[in-house]
Amino acid sequence: MAIADKISLRMQGITKRFPGVLALQQAWLGLEPGECHALIGENGAGKSTLMRILCGAQQPDEGQILFNGEARSLPTPLEAQRAGISMIHQELNLLPELTVAENIFLGHEITAGPLGWMDRGATRKKTIALLERLGQRISPDAKVKSLSLAQQQMVEIAKSLSIDARILIMDEPSAILTDQELVNLFQLIRQLKQQHYSIVYISHRMAEVFEICDRATVMRDGQTISVHQVAEVDEATLVREMVGRPIESFFQSTKSEPGEKALLVKGLQRRGVLNNISLTLRQGEIVGLTGLVGSGRTELARALFGADPIDDGMMQLAGQAYAPQSPRDAIDAGMALLTEDRKGQGLALHMNVRENISLATLAELCRNGFIRSQAESASANQYVTSLRIKTPSIEQKVRNLSGGNQQKVVLAKWLAADAKVLIFDEPTRGIDVGAKTEIYQLIDSLAQAGKAILLISSELPEVLHTCHRILVMRDGAIQGELQRSEATQEKILALAMGLAVTGLVGNEHSTQQSNGRTETT
Amino acid sequence: MSTEPREQTTATAAVTTPETGLQRVRRWFAENNSSLIMAVVVLECVIFASMSPAFLSVDNFLNIALQISIYGVLAVGMTLVIITGGIDLSVGSIVALSGILAALLGQHFTGSPWLGLLLGTLVGTAAGGLGGAFAGFMVTRFRVPPFIVTLALMTIARGFSFTISDGVAIGNLPPEFQTLGRQQVGPVPLLVLIMVVVFVAGHLYLNRTKYGRYVLAIGGNAEASRLSGIRTHKMLLSVYLLNGLLAGFAGVALASRLGAGVPNAGLQYELDVIAAVVIGGTSLMGGVGSIIGTLWGTVFIGILNNGLNLANVDPYTQKVALGVVILLAVLLDQWKKHER
Repeated sequence: MAIADKISLRMQGITKRFPGVLALQQAWLGLEPGECHALIGENGAGKSTLMRILCGAQQPDEGQILFNGEARSLPTPLEAQRAGISMIHQELNLLPELTVAENIFLGHEITAGPLGWMDRGATRKKTIALLERLGQRISPDAKVKSLSLAQQQMVEIAKSLSIDARILIMDEPSAILTDQELVNLFQLIRQLKQQHYSIVYISHRMAEVFEICDRATVMRDGQTISVHQVAEVDEATLVREMVGRPIESFFQSTKSEPGEKALLVKGLQRRGVLNNISLTLRQGEIVGLTGLVGSGRTELARALFGADPIDDGMMQLAGQAYAPQSPRDAIDAGMALLTEDRKGQGLALHMNVRENISLATLAELCRNGFIRSQAESASANQYVTSLRIKTPSIEQKVRNLSGGNQQKVVLAKWLAADAKVLIFDEPTRGIDVGAKTEIYQLIDSLAQAGKAILLISSELPEVLHTCHRILVMRDGAIQGELQRSEATQEKILALAMGLAVTGLVGNEHSTQQSNGRTETT
Repeated sequence: MSTEPREQTTATAAVTTPETGLQRVRRWFAENNSSLIMAVVVLECVIFASMSPAFLSVDNFLNIALQISIYGVLAVGMTLVIITGGIDLSVGSIVALSGILAALLGQHFTGSPWLGLLLGTLVGTAAGGLGGAFAGFMVTRFRVPPFIVTLALMTIARGFSFTISDGVAIGNLPPEFQTLGRQQVGPVPLLVLIMVVVFVAGHLYLNRTKYGRYVLAIGGNAEASRLSGIRTHKMLLSVYLLNGLLAGFAGVALASRLGAGVPNAGLQYELDVIAAVVIGGTSLMGGVGSIIGTLWGTVFIGILNNGLNLANVDPYTQKVALGVVILLAVLLDQWKKHER
């Protein structure tokens, strides 16, 4: 069956049961040709399951999928591809050792001759044409591992176009992109819309929904709650429908008087990565650290935490000389690092909630080398309650929790360690609105309790609304520091990109503004 | 902030749907650790009991226990190594090498045989520990994959066994030397008691001490463990060291039982041991596993060998059966884990 140029898609009455859980209950979704359609909802709302069904990766127990009014079943991913559906996963599915061209035509190689040899010339030519259509200057012969994440994403999109997909599902495409790269992606989406492609855009960032999407479908607890024209709805409504309750104040930040110096860093150097970094964190202070991806923020955090060696520099923690050789030293000195990569570096996914929470403080829970299991369970239970971690029990494996709850488990681990200085690297990435609010509240209360906090974030509104001071990094150095009262998105971006600050006027984004979550473009 | 609406919605999402009988059985097995392998062992016993009347007797079970005792000691160390995400292919060769070293010392101290046994045990065990420490060092310091390091060590240790012994068995040992391998405590062989002690200690180590927890954590996510303050290199080194010590001791025990140090003793033991560990539910990917599972895996293979012997199956057919059954056991374990 050939793929129509314009597909109008209906998913109706989709129900999906997993053992013990009803993942989708009569969910529906409508998709018109040429629209970018936001699919939003908290983690666990059923977005992914619905999309997996659309991709043929899972079968619904009830319901049907209509293509231009005709019901069609999608028993396998291949069948879904043939129906014109393609998904661009958040964790890209490319083979790093193969070239761009080989990746794009993987599974549908262009062959020639009776023996079916791969036709390299034709493959290259087609690849170049596809990439040109996407406005990309990537060599078809480059190995995928040598590309940036944004370029890899473009290769994924090229791959979708190469199989004549008409419906592209993008799962959190912005998560791996810098602001500029996101601008490029949006341009491409607009272009695809004009050519009658449909895009399902999954994102937790409301600003993006309002910028690029035409309609938005809200899901909650396995059901479709509503569909809106984006132009006719406001953020508060969408968030309320997603969460199922009003969120009073999204960000939380109390003014607190900075106390003693908690962390003092002078002339920190790591060749090729960090360049002469000096900074001070005070007790009770939330200091933001921002900058473009690759500016050295995560590297700085790792150096402060003893996870990477440093070449030069002096550090003091709570007045004491501090030269951590390993994360263990850092933790013993009163430091905590919540890593950016939750699954890769924050959690042991096979282990349960209790074991993850106690991981950094197990020695304190031991007597004669044996773990005191009652004390361990009591501590874990206490954090599950106080952080409102949604889990059936502390014995649940963390890989079965939603992103927001996983992040709370990592938080609990560091709260248990009772650190003086806490570094949070992108603490709200990829987690839903409700959990975000709770994490902001928690960070705020930690500051009020006298902890010093370094908050690394790419989301400027987050930095602007939660931090007392903001440091901006560029090329491994601290490019500037802004007080909360003077900081604006424009000033931060100018510093991050190395432009002259004086040329910019921009006070429209004052810090009093409650929900100024617009991305500057 | 009110939490009521959230709780309400969770309740709707968690509506339980009817399960089929098979699904329920699978879930029960998945939720009760080691229950599946235990059920399989029971089934195995029923089958063999019906095939040969000699199978169900205390004597035969003690015999099985003795047969598996050396494998059991090795399997405990191997379980820990595999849980960290590693593997140790050298244990069989280490068994031979340490057995030969012990036998040589036993021979040398014929005049004071107890001293010979003591020194032999210490030196043999230490030699195994040295091998393990070497493997651990290469894995942590130079990041050589464990498979490669221990493959090399397997050949090296086997080669040493032959060069040191000139390729012949070191026999003519005083009877005292055989105490470790042949002594009975009441009706129970000493080696069986030792195996039980090693299993109990291994279980307590893995499940009750922080070090055991660290082993599981490192296998689950090494970088997250390091960033949680675990000294991952030291832990890994200690696990390989421990495994080497156990292999060294097992080698001494085998030599004592055989009454000789034999250069090709312990041939392919590593494969039987790895099979037992995997059948017991420990994941070769690391992060998941248990000593109790390994105990049942070891028992499973021991009973299989014994039962096939009693049923007069010829040794070559036994090998085929063993391979097929190992595969089936692991398939069953996969079935248990998978939702779909």
